[in-house]
Amino acid sequence: MTSTIVSASSADTSNSKPRRQRRLVGDRRRQRWGWAFVGPFAIVFIGLLIIPLVYAFFLSIQTTTIATGTSFTWLKNYAQAFADPIFLQGMLRVVEYSAVMIPAQLVVAIAAALVLDNLTNWFSKFARVMIFVPYAIPVVIGSLMWGFLYSPTMGPATSIFGLFGLSAPDFLSQDSIFGSLVNIVTWQWSGYYMIIVYAALRSIDTDIYEAARIDGATNFQISMRIKLPMISSSMVMIIVFALIGTLQFFTEPTVLRNVAQSAIPPDYTPNMYANVLAFSYNQFNYSSTIAFALGVIVFIFSYLFLFLTRKQNGLK
Amino acid sequence: MPIALLSRHIARAVGGTNLGPRFLTLGKTQLSHTHERKSHLMKKRIVAAVGVFATLAAALTGCSGGGTASASSCTNTIVQDGAPQVTVWAWYPAFQDVVDQFNNTHTDVQVCWSNAGQGLDEYSKFSTAIQAKTGAPDVIMLENEVLPTFTAQNALEDLTSYGANDVKTNYTAGAWKDVSSGSGVYAIPVDAGPVGFLYRKDIFDKYGITVPKTWDEYAEDAQKLKDAGFSGVIGNYQTNGTAFNVALFAQAGAELYSFDSSSPTTVGIDVDNAATVKVLSFWNDLIQKGLVSADDSNTSDWTTKMVSGGYASYIVASWGSGYLQGASGADEDAVWQAAPLPQWDAKNPVQVNQGGSSFAVTTQAKDKALSAEVAKEIFGTQDAWKIGIEKGALFPTYGPILNSTYFAEREDPFFSNQQTNKEVFIPAAQAYTGYTFLPFQTYAYDQQTQAFSAVAKGTKSPTQALTDLQDTLVNYAKQQGFTVK
Repeated sequence: MTSTIVSASSADTSNSKPRRQRRLVGDRRRQRWGWAFVGPFAIVFIGLLIIPLVYAFFLSIQTTTIATGTSFTWLKNYAQAFADPIFLQGMLRVVEYSAVMIPAQLVVAIAAALVLDNLTNWFSKFARVMIFVPYAIPVVIGSLMWGFLYSPTMGPATSIFGLFGLSAPDFLSQDSIFGSLVNIVTWQWSGYYMIIVYAALRSIDTDIYEAARIDGATNFQISMRIKLPMISSSMVMIIVFALIGTLQFFTEPTVLRNVAQSAIPPDYTPNMYANVLAFSYNQFNYSSTIAFALGVIVFIFSYLFLFLTRKQNGLK
Repeated sequence: MPIALLSRHIARAVGGTNLGPRFLTLGKTQLSHTHERKSHLMKKRIVAAVGVFATLAAALTGCSGGGTASASSCTNTIVQDGAPQVTVWAWYPAFQDVVDQFNNTHTDVQVCWSNAGQGLDEYSKFSTAIQAKTGAPDVIMLENEVLPTFTAQNALEDLTSYGANDVKTNYTAGAWKDVSSGSGVYAIPVDAGPVGFLYRKDIFDKYGITVPKTWDEYAEDAQKLKDAGFSGVIGNYQTNGTAFNVALFAQAGAELYSFDSSSPTTVGIDVDNAATVKVLSFWNDLIQKGLVSADDSNTSDWTTKMVSGGYASYIVASWGSGYLQGASGADEDAVWQAAPLPQWDAKNPVQVNQGGSSFAVTTQAKDKALSAEVAKEIFGTQDAWKIGIEKGALFPTYGPILNSTYFAEREDPFFSNQQTNKEVFIPAAQAYTGYTFLPFQTYAYDQQTQAFSAVAKGTKSPTQALTDLQDTLVNYAKQQGFTVK
């Protein structure tokens, strides 16, 4: 912000020397104000983000073992992390979750937003709120609630399936935990993404729809051929959000682990692995390495995705 | 810079307009105006803003530094204000009363107690404090299975130089071995978990089953119950039962681990042997036949099944009845009784223990001698133990109370006034000889759970699972810099 102002003002006053000097003094003063405004944020930013990050990195290039103490090992931990079957398996798992969960959330969000955008009655307002409600429930509470719903003895599934003479599937077994977690996340986040899509749809100029109708387009065609392409940039944003969230998958499996310990090992996702390494196995150094390695991978994935979709997201 | 890209992007996607440049222009014009005309006024405002910020920063740092202010954070009230205080972390039930009893009877020292969470919650706080080299309490309650984890980190004092051996004769041999390593004593025992066989007498009677004395009889009873049309199963094999599995293996003669704090870089791991294979195969056989379930323990489903007749018996330590009594949805006509644990060889019975905890003195303790005194004395009187037994349902390791007729003849209303201590748990506690755990026991437990889950699910044979578990643990130990015997 300050640099823009400085360059702009020095550019248009470069002709007269005394005036320029006066201006420069003013610029410097102005810069001071700029720093004063940025200062509080900068202190919090440096104190609560930069310093902890540097410290974590510092930890990650050391090795402390229970038996031999602490020593600098530079990138050895990283080499170990990228060859660690638990970390790699965890990464593979969150990539699988991304492949299923993100499309699921996107489809639900877009379908709901398109329908709501076409309706204009009281029901649309009501439905909008109801679809958004799961997002307003804290993730931990939502996961606990689903934990009870999935429970074979207390959940409704047993009695519902019982009505048809069937036995309910065990939602918390090792085979079905994947689907159970996908369901929780989709339930929780689709409403939030729906609001983003809906807001983007509302900002489209309605003249375009009129023009399309004159050309003979049906409502469905307008949705598919006009609305969707025009909100592609919001969809890109949603996918980036969901991608980052899913690669850092933590809360839902951690909460559900209380009721499904053998289906969800403590190192189920990379984030959970970092957590258990630090706080159960006392490996703060290796935990920092895992956290950093995960951060780098999330960065690469997000960057790659934004690069590949540069045409749709308008960031060219 | 994805973050910058993203923020631009959010602005576009949500508002449809890019807010960035407009905001900058606005900022520029406003700044030049304020600069020309109102700089003095601005200065005052800035000073005020800085003041507010400084207060905020102070408040923030005040929060993070809260761990060191110990005196004001006691859960209990201090009786003798002038006496030196010893900080204690513990999560025993009814511990408040024990602390009050201690403080009322001591003028030289006062206990300042706080509950830092149960089990892993407390351990992770303790680990963080060890890492930070500050913030640990003087005396800490630890389960015996994690003592080597913390002695290996040099976080616990060896209490032999503070007179620990003077009170050795007060405790059972097994309890003392659990807190010792080599010649060192790293904690003072508090409670134990002698294992028994709790069973539903009403179900056993209804289907004409007698209480099994051996594991073979247990398997026969399981089959009989199934054949007689019992809707549940005789019992549950807990794949995630951490100390439970260690106890079952120990009963068959397995010594899984060895560790001696006098050579803290050496560990012994022997989870793949004839005894462990025998035990795991026995349970796997019952599971695959459907005679025993393999549900995760300590889940709400497991508790519900336990109290509502899903399982006809429960292999558990003395504290297990406390869980059963606290659970809702129990059968109204359920009749629970306790019996000694079934044996592999009825002629040479082996008694085992599941759980148990003790008080250790941390190396961060300010006054170590005084802290050791607290560790020795807080559960070192009959009065304290009466509170622990009656209000906290703890099982004592402290000899004078363990061997008293008061404790032996206590009748438990939950077991239809059966004298369970005398009949089952006291003999088990006295026959228990102690275990050794690993300095990375939490990791070993997590790996053990995964291995046994794979067995129960049928993806690994018991022998394969144990061989793999052995390899995993040995590799981990080597990676952590230990020499594996």
